[in-house]
Amino acid sequence: MVQRTLPEKLSILADAAKYDASCASSGGERRGSRDGKGIGSTTGAGICHAWAPDGRCISLLKVLLTNFCIYDCAYCINRVSSRVERARFSVEEVVSLTLEFYRRNYIEGLFLSSGIIRSPDETMAEMVRVARTLREREHFRGYIHLKTIPDAAPELIAEAGTWADRLSINVELPTEAALTQLAPEKSVKTIHGAMAEVKARGEAARDRTARGTRAPRFAPAGQSTQMIVGADAATDGEILRRSSSLYNSFALRRVYYSAFSPIPDASRMLPLIQPPLVREHRLYQADWLMRNYGFDATEIAPPTGMLDLQIDPKLAWALAHRALFPVDVNRAAREMLLRIPGIGPRSVERIVTARRHRTLRYEDLLAIGCVLKHAEPFITLPGWSPRALPDDANLRARFAPAPEQLSLF
Amino acid sequence: MQITLPRIGTVAAWRQQVRRLAAAGIDPAAVIWSVGETAPDLFAAAPPRPAAPTRLMLSREAVEGIEMALMHSDPERFSRAHALVLRLSRRELRWGDRSDPALRRLLDQQKAVGREIHKMHGFVRFREVTPPGANRRAFAAWFEPEHPILEAAAPFFARRFGDMDWLIATPTLTASCEDGEMRITETEARQPPPEDAAEELWRVYFAAIFNPARLMVRAMKSHMPQKYWKNLPEADLIPGLIRAAETRVRAMHDPGTALPATLPGPRLRRKAPAGRS
Repeated sequence: MVQRTLPEKLSILADAAKYDASCASSGGERRGSRDGKGIGSTTGAGICHAWAPDGRCISLLKVLLTNFCIYDCAYCINRVSSRVERARFSVEEVVSLTLEFYRRNYIEGLFLSSGIIRSPDETMAEMVRVARTLREREHFRGYIHLKTIPDAAPELIAEAGTWADRLSINVELPTEAALTQLAPEKSVKTIHGAMAEVKARGEAARDRTARGTRAPRFAPAGQSTQMIVGADAATDGEILRRSSSLYNSFALRRVYYSAFSPIPDASRMLPLIQPPLVREHRLYQADWLMRNYGFDATEIAPPTGMLDLQIDPKLAWALAHRALFPVDVNRAAREMLLRIPGIGPRSVERIVTARRHRTLRYEDLLAIGCVLKHAEPFITLPGWSPRALPDDANLRARFAPAPEQLSLF
Repeated sequence: MQITLPRIGTVAAWRQQVRRLAAAGIDPAAVIWSVGETAPDLFAAAPPRPAAPTRLMLSREAVEGIEMALMHSDPERFSRAHALVLRLSRRELRWGDRSDPALRRLLDQQKAVGREIHKMHGFVRFREVTPPGANRRAFAAWFEPEHPILEAAAPFFARRFGDMDWLIATPTLTASCEDGEMRITETEARQPPPEDAAEELWRVYFAAIFNPARLMVRAMKSHMPQKYWKNLPEADLIPGLIRAAETRVRAMHDPGTALPATLPGPRLRRKAPAGRS
């Protein structure tokens, strides 16, 4: 094989990594290098350093160690049967790219993933070596996210957590049937086993012994996962219930949804469609409602199993539960305020603080920053009454985009 | 009366002045604020009428919010904050009450400044300028913030880049850190540092991480407004990436196409060094 140059490798191995949606550098501990003995810091909040024309933030150097792979997952650009160009970084190359990019303030850190070469253990060991070199030899204190290989030995996962801020293990597909069909080498059992392992080690690291000594550090920014949407027939309801059970069982920080996107040299088993970006967006909104608004997975997905693509899931829920509205903004409990379309957690906080001092009027909500166009039919307070709006049969039409005549040709 | 605040330490100087003015019972409407050197105002000589002094009492949250809002570029910010400080201290107004137009304006400006600081932390691009034989590596950047935020934004870089020397120049002030010691000075050379070969690798990365099948230009521009582009080494790739996206996606649908997955359409080398002065 011809020896590839560093720019060629970077191009191939970044191209191969872009189907992982996460670029988060948030969560976890705060560190710095003000002592002058190292390089890097984390603020806990994460910073985006650029945006690509696909509208996604670039926060980390997201690359594969190699895109050679012995697995044959149909949805993956790097599967063994794909004719994509292959390359492989050395440990030193990834370490040096990370540091040189970091020193120029291009990135928050590294997100390292890999195709599986020879064996899961060997690949995982090499990824761990990158992280260890960055931390131990280079005193790198920026963010490290390692994509964990579920079949790797527990000791390797344990060491990965010692150096990384976040670990992730992708569940890849929403249902077990789809995983068996499209990713024959992967199994739900192994994936869940690895997630449980990460969860248990994370919990142990937060505990103190009776004497107050701390267990060794383990992935302080927790773990996340990713599901591909639109490559199989799973409904939104199934996807959200799966996410909800993942959040509950494995204390995941995030589930990422990745609209199945056409890839070069795609497998014939898969639809070559425009990626369902609106569906992906609605799933993120629904996920957000589960994590921050107290919604339950079973409440959000409508009986049909699919989220409304034209209006957001919170609005759809309110339209389906009109008997609960209008809500009296001056008296309703916080939980109910959170369910009003157009009013988010920050507005709820402001409403609760302000109404301690006086009765809120319609104009106050405007100043507080509520989206009144959405909230109006669902609230009542001095200066505004929705009258018959909550019962209006055409209420949905007020929010959905106007119907369009389809092209005849 | 006219008060001119220094360009370095503007907010701290304003705070000191306001404490003095409040003790002397001077009406905020009688004060004209400015920064740096300005021509004397013709009407500024009118002697202020002293009233009852006000004891300044503010919550920590209010102090932090006001100090941040004072880094906005709005020339009215000093007198607005001055008046608000007095009203808050006399309990005529509650901190956070967005129904008050002046306070709401200040809170909005506080948010705008916070966002600008955050953007600066993301968009500063260092270029290596290590002199030969030096034992610490050195980097320099040129950045043009919309508001005078450098003093508030700089400590982040000191915490992050502990083992290297760095300098960030803006059109007015420059922050630099040598051997861990940070300084703010007036900017001398108003130009970007010389180009750095590592930028070519970054541009390769930027082009490769973009997924042409999910083109969303508006989302990109809303997060990374074009006002920042001229100082971002990757930004001149964007038009080419957008133009080539459709062709690349069509090629994926065509089963016969071989796989030029690497180094796609846009030229990765710059046409000419960006001519800035």
